[in-house]
Formats: sequence, C-alpha cells, structure tokens
Amino acid sequence: MPTTALFSVIAMLTVVGFVLGRSRAMAVSQGRLSRLHSIPSYHGYYVALWAGLPTFLLLMAWAVAEGPLLLALVHAQLPERLLVEYGQRSALILTDIMNAVHGITSGHEPDQAIIEAAKLYNRFRELAENCVVALGSALALAGLVYARQQISQGMHARNRVEAAVLVLLVLCSLVAIMTTIGIILSLLFEAIRFFARVALTDFLFGLHWNPQAAFSDDTAGSFGAVPLFTGTLLITAIAMVVAVPIGLMAAVYMSEYATPRVRAVAKPMLEILAGIPTVVYGFFAALTMAPLIRDAGLSLGLVVSSQSALAAGVVMGIMIIPFISSLSDDVINAVPQSLRDGSYGLGATKSETICHVILPAALPGIVAAVMLAVSRAIGETMIVAMAAGLGANLTANPLAAVTTVTVQIAATIRGDQEFDSPKTLSVFGLGLVLFIVTLVLNYIALRVVQKYREKYD
Amino acid sequence: MTEPIEATLINRSGQRSSLQSLAIKARLQRRYRAERRFRWVGVATIMFSGLMLSALLGTIIVNGMGAFWQSRFNVEIMFDPEMISPSGSREPEALALGDYQALVRRALLMHITNAGDRSGKRALMELVSDGAAYALRDMVMADPGIIGSRRKVGLLASDLVDQFVKGNIPRNVSTDRRKISDHQIAWIDSLRNVGVLTTNFTLDILTCSNSRQPELAGVWGALIGSIMTMLVTLALAVPVGVSGAVYLEEFAAKTSWTDMLEVNINNLAAVPSIVFGLLGLSMFLNVFGMPRSSVMIGGVVLALMTLPTIIIAARSALKAVPPSIREAALGVGASKLQVVMHHVLPLAAPGILTGTILGLARALGETAPLLLIGMVAFVVDVPASLSDPSTVLPVQIYMWSGASERGWIERTSAAIMLLLLVLIVMNAVAVFLRKKFERRW
Repeated sequence: MPTTALFSVIAMLTVVGFVLGRSRAMAVSQGRLSRLHSIPSYHGYYVALWAGLPTFLLLMAWAVAEGPLLLALVHAQLPERLLVEYGQRSALILTDIMNAVHGITSGHEPDQAIIEAAKLYNRFRELAENCVVALGSALALAGLVYARQQISQGMHARNRVEAAVLVLLVLCSLVAIMTTIGIILSLLFEAIRFFARVALTDFLFGLHWNPQAAFSDDTAGSFGAVPLFTGTLLITAIAMVVAVPIGLMAAVYMSEYATPRVRAVAKPMLEILAGIPTVVYGFFAALTMAPLIRDAGLSLGLVVSSQSALAAGVVMGIMIIPFISSLSDDVINAVPQSLRDGSYGLGATKSETICHVILPAALPGIVAAVMLAVSRAIGETMIVAMAAGLGANLTANPLAAVTTVTVQIAATIRGDQEFDSPKTLSVFGLGLVLFIVTLVLNYIALRVVQKYREKYD
Repeated sequence: MTEPIEATLINRSGQRSSLQSLAIKARLQRRYRAERRFRWVGVATIMFSGLMLSALLGTIIVNGMGAFWQSRFNVEIMFDPEMISPSGSREPEALALGDYQALVRRALLMHITNAGDRSGKRALMELVSDGAAYALRDMVMADPGIIGSRRKVGLLASDLVDQFVKGNIPRNVSTDRRKISDHQIAWIDSLRNVGVLTTNFTLDILTCSNSRQPELAGVWGALIGSIMTMLVTLALAVPVGVSGAVYLEEFAAKTSWTDMLEVNINNLAAVPSIVFGLLGLSMFLNVFGMPRSSVMIGGVVLALMTLPTIIIAARSALKAVPPSIREAALGVGASKLQVVMHHVLPLAAPGILTGTILGLARALGETAPLLLIGMVAFVVDVPASLSDPSTVLPVQIYMWSGASERGWIERTSAAIMLLLLVLIVMNAVAVFLRKKFERRW
C-alpha cells in the first residue's frame, strides 16, 4: 500500500529534519550556544514539524475524502442500464461496488457492470494514491528545506514549536466534542429521512412494531415503537428491582459494617462482577437463567416463555449491582463523620443511624446513582439480545417475551443494509430516542452528583 | 455494635430509678434484633453477589472445559494412489480433487464390519467430522510422498460422537428424541472398547479459526482480530486522549467553554455503546466509505468509545501531581510546555497507564457497536491487514451462542474462558502498576 510507504517516508524525513535543524542551529551559533534564542533541539523540532505536519494533514484529508471522491468518480462512469435497474435503491449500487472492491460476496453473484465499476474504482484509487504519495513526499521535502533556511540566531524556535504543540493539544481536546456532534448529526440526518416516511406520532404512539411487513410505500401501522419502549421499561424495571436494593445494601454493608478483611474479599469480587463483558452475562442469561426460571415457573403451573423478560432483567440486575454499589459507596463515604457521631451520641444503633441519618443525607447522590444505572440498563444491548428475543409484544407480564429498543437496532443492522428502506432507517429513529433519553438521565444525574459533592467538601 | 448500657438516673426526689424497666428492656431488645437483622441483610447481599459470580463462572468453566477434550478415531489410513489421484499426477490441482472421503470410509470399515448397505455407510460416516477428509487432503498436499503408504492417523470425530462420548447426549431416551441412532451407539461403544475411539486433551480450539462445524471451530482468527483492533484503538485513543487531558488540565483557563467540554466528556462516557455503532455505521461506513467489517473501523469506533474514559483517567492522574512540582520547574525557567512534558506527564504516567488499561479492557469486551458495523461476518481467514474483514472475540462468542448444536455451548464457554482470562490479566497488570508506582505526595 503506497500510503504505508508514505508514512515511513514522513517518519524518516521528520527524523532527518530534526537532525538537520539541530546541526544547522549549532552551525549558526558559531560555537557559542548562548547566542541562540532557543536551544538547538527546538530548532530540530521546528524543522521536523515542517517536514512532517503538512504531509500528515494531507494524508488525513485524503483518508477522509478518498471514499466519497472515488465513489463519485466511479458513479459518473456507470452505464445507464445499471442506474435504471437499481432505480429506487440507488444507494445500494455504491454498497455493492464497495463489497466487490473488498471482495465480500453476499450470496448472489454481482452484476458484470458492478465488477467493472469495482475495477475502475481500484484503478482510480491506485492512480490517486500515487499522486498523494508524490505530492506528500514533495511537500515534506519542501517543508524541510524551507524551515532549515529560516534558522538563524534570533529565531524564536521554541515559541513556534510550543505554539504548534498547543494547537495540536487543543485539537485533541476537541475530538470528544466532535464525536458528540458526529453522533447527533448522524442520528438526526437519518432519523429525519425516516420521519419523512413514517409520521413521528405514528412512531412514538403506534402500538404495532412489525418492520418486516413494511414495504417502501405502505409503512402505516408497522413502525409503532410503543411495544419496544414498554419492553425496555419492563426489563429495566426488573433489573432495578434486583440491583437497587442489593447494590445499595452491599454498599452500606461495605462502608459501615465490613471489617477490612471482608472488604478485601468483597470489593474485588464486585469489581470482577463489574468487569465481566455483557456478552458473557447474555450467555449466562440464555443458558442458565432462562431455563431455571422456566422450570421454576412450570413447577408453579405458570406459562413462561423460553425468552422471558424476567431472565434478561434479573441477569441485567446482577450486572448493575456493582455499578450501583460503587457509586453509592462513594456517596455514603462522602457523608461527614460528624453526622454519624451525632446520631450515635443520641443513642441510635448503627442501623438506625444508617436508615435515619446517612441514607437521607446521601439520598440525592443515591438517586443520581440509580438514574445512571437506569440509563445504563436502557442502553444495554447484549443481554437482552441474547436472552429476551425479538417478539415485539405489548405486555407487562415479566414471564412473556418482549423486545427492546437496543435489540431492534442490533438485530436490524448488520453493516450492509440498503439505506433507503424504512426498516433500516427506523433504527436511527430508535437510536435518536435512546440517545436523548440516556443523555437527559445522565445529564441530570451528573449534575446532581456534582452539586452534592460540592456541598460536603 | 453498641453494647447495652446499664444506666441509672437520679430522679427529682433523690431516689435512684433504673432505666432497665421492663418496657425499656423490651424495646432495646427489639432494636438490637432489628440491628442484627439489618446486618444480616447486608451480609446476604454480599453473599448473593458472590453466589451469582460463582454461578456464572462455574457454568462457564463446567461447560467450557469439555472443549479442551476432543474425540478422535485412531485408524490406519492407506493412502491409496487410485483414490487420491487416479491419473497418477502429483500436481497440487490433481491432489486437491482426490476422494479423501473414501479413504476415511475404508479405514472405518476395517473396524466396523456390520455397516451394511448404503444408508448404513452414510450413518457410519456421520460419526466422522467433515474436517477429517480435509485434514487428510492437507497431509497429502504437504507431503505427496506419503501416497501409497500406510499411516496411523487420528481422524476427528463429529460433534455428535464427541458429545455422546462426553455424556451430553443421553443414552437412555427413546430414539426419536436423540439425534444419534442405536446403530451408531453400538459402533461407538465397540470402537471405544478396542481403543480406536479415544478422547484426549487438545488445544485445537485456540489454534483453529472459525468454522461452521463446532468440532472444527476455534478462536484463533477472532483472537488476532481482537488484538489488532485493540492496537488500532490504543494507537488512536491514547495520544488523543492524553493530549486532550493535558490541554484541559494544564493549559485551558476555566471558562464556560471548558466547562462545556467537561460536561460533554462526562456525558459521552455514559452514552450507550450501541450508539457508537450507529455513528460508525452512518459516518465511517457510509460517508467515509471505510471497509466494512474491517479491523480499522472496529478500532476507530472502539477508540471513540474509550476516549472519554482515557481523558477522565488522565485528568485525574494529572490532577494528583502536586502544584509544587510545576512551580519548582517554572521557577528554574522552564516554559509551560517543558513543565508538562518533562515533569508533570512522567509523574502522571503510571496513573494514565492504569486508566488506559482499564479502558482497553472494557473495549475488548464490547460487542454491540461492532455488530452494527458488520464485524459479524463469517470470517475464516486470519486478518492480515487493517482493511481485511475480521471478527473479534466477544462477537465470535455472540455468534456461537446463537447456534443450536450442543457442541457450540462448549465452544462458546471455552471462548468466554479465554476472554475472561485476558481481561483478568489486563486488570491484574493495572492493579500491579497502581500498587507499584502509586505515589502519595
């Protein structure tokens, strides 16, 4: 790959630039380094930056622009016949071309024209990559020469280098916010396309979710997300019923009762529980918990679905126990000792102190912890995907099978969909709802935690 | 626990009156009982968590150990030139077309004489894995010299046999409720009695790649995919995260803008992981046209997901370096950047490293976002470059867990054991680093 070669060329030129800049600075100092404004290494860094940075930026720009640019070029060359053939699903052409380029065959043999287009794509790419390599090497060399010529006794090399580094640091700190913006934009754009076909009210208040039945024109009544919302809430509620009392009690016990010996065992145990990947919990739920609950239900004469909400909810609760306990642990420890001492001084027992003094004082923090846990449960995918199933039933019965927002997202999308079908786009509507709900929960909870922390500091 | 107090008061008329009246005594008893109850509830919650942890690990280990034992038929194979290459050619193309299935059949018929007609032979061949013939082909292709000779070969048994031998398919149920027929059971028993069918310890699951057959499937491809994805994540998330943290902690003035950045980072850390998958799908796959299912895009998505964790960890590590260090360096004439690069960052490095490892451990176990960007493709080859389609361990676990044959439960559990082992090692390293380099100022 020529870009890999370019990377090694840049790396080499950067090192060379550093050495050249440094020796040049030594030379212009005429033997007395104190004549220089900056120490020689900074002159080296300066030249190295000039040699490496422009080419690096070019490469980055190319990495971003390559795909869309090449596809646009290839698209312009496509035969008329193909465009007619694909008609409505024009976006699929590009996906098919890309699949042909990467040699991914999705079952059926691709059209001859698609293969031609893929070849064209590869030819364009080869050509363009060679151009980039040539341009990049020239740029690096020119930068090196230019920077080296600038070196003089009075040049403020350090200030310039530091300014460049600072800009780099600022850019890095912006990546997080760019990510947020990227998430919002991508969700919003696709969701708007979805809501152009399915009315927002039908989506939010409709009672039937059956995207399989939806064809491009007739979408009415297929995208009612209420069963998904109730399913999510049901499983989240079950998880909270398990996790909140147990997690909270565990935190109370650990911070108020446990001897150091007990803590030394229990704390790592909870940390292990917290570190287990959710896919493992999902496997546990499907393999062990679901049959257990079904058998228990059968022995009581109840009809339990093999993919019950209860199994997924209980296992999700177990997953969230350490989350709640570690957050509440922090909150409980932040309650000042003086409150405890005051309560003991009045003759209260430990449990009375906890129930009447510590927990009320810690309540805002605990509420925030529960909110974060709820947001986590709503966004959890793997456990429900493996244990709760796909049936969109509108029910409050924990023994029935339900589905959730996240499961629908994961089940619909496999990375190769045509982006024009409402079924695929519906995922972004769901994603937007998920994002907004969790964001609101997180935002409020984090504010409460912050405010509360300041109060006792 | 507070001990009961023997308190006395002196009342107004100067007489001593005991607090230990019956009513008070009873109330105290009640309160102490409540105290003990409360305490026991606390112990019970801890025990419940422990129980669940051991149930989880126990299930995985009990199911997963089986994958390290596999049944084989140790038979003598006659590498008959007639069957391998009737034309007598020794070219690879000719050798690849040989009837290796027939070699297997003949070797088995040496031991089973009552197979009977065509359907009986087909039932017999069901005992052997499809991989057995391919293994023979590979042997011949690697060394055509063995054609015409006799070799002792361990032919991989099919999942059916393997599970039966391990007792996972019950013997005492009616024929229509099990996949294995009475004939086949009789054959298996006789072959075991003469020592042809044996079950031995093997690490094949670690060295094989994915397959449609459980007895052939392994995690090697997924493991390499995971490692490469983690390297991409590491290479992107650590420099960007640490740089961002350095700017926010050391350079940025506290303004409403940096407050906003901080809130944004904290919120981003709590965004559901599947949303990052949607970002990867619509941004990187559709807009930027990055190769689907590839190591590259998986690494980028996981890097964005891990970024907030690393920034938060790096910031708290930087915060822990006392201001006196900075002031001393500034005092001897270092510039602000020199202070950070030469003094603050090296002192904060262990903390940053610990946070990074923990963030990576989380990313390593992540499944949901990778499903959306197509890392669920059935990939047999080990990825060789960043744009090759690949899968990762957790996704492999998810895919296997959906299959119905009994053998997949074993494979899935064994893959989980491996994943947990890697995670435990990573966490142990993080704890060790924290213990070793932790400095209290």
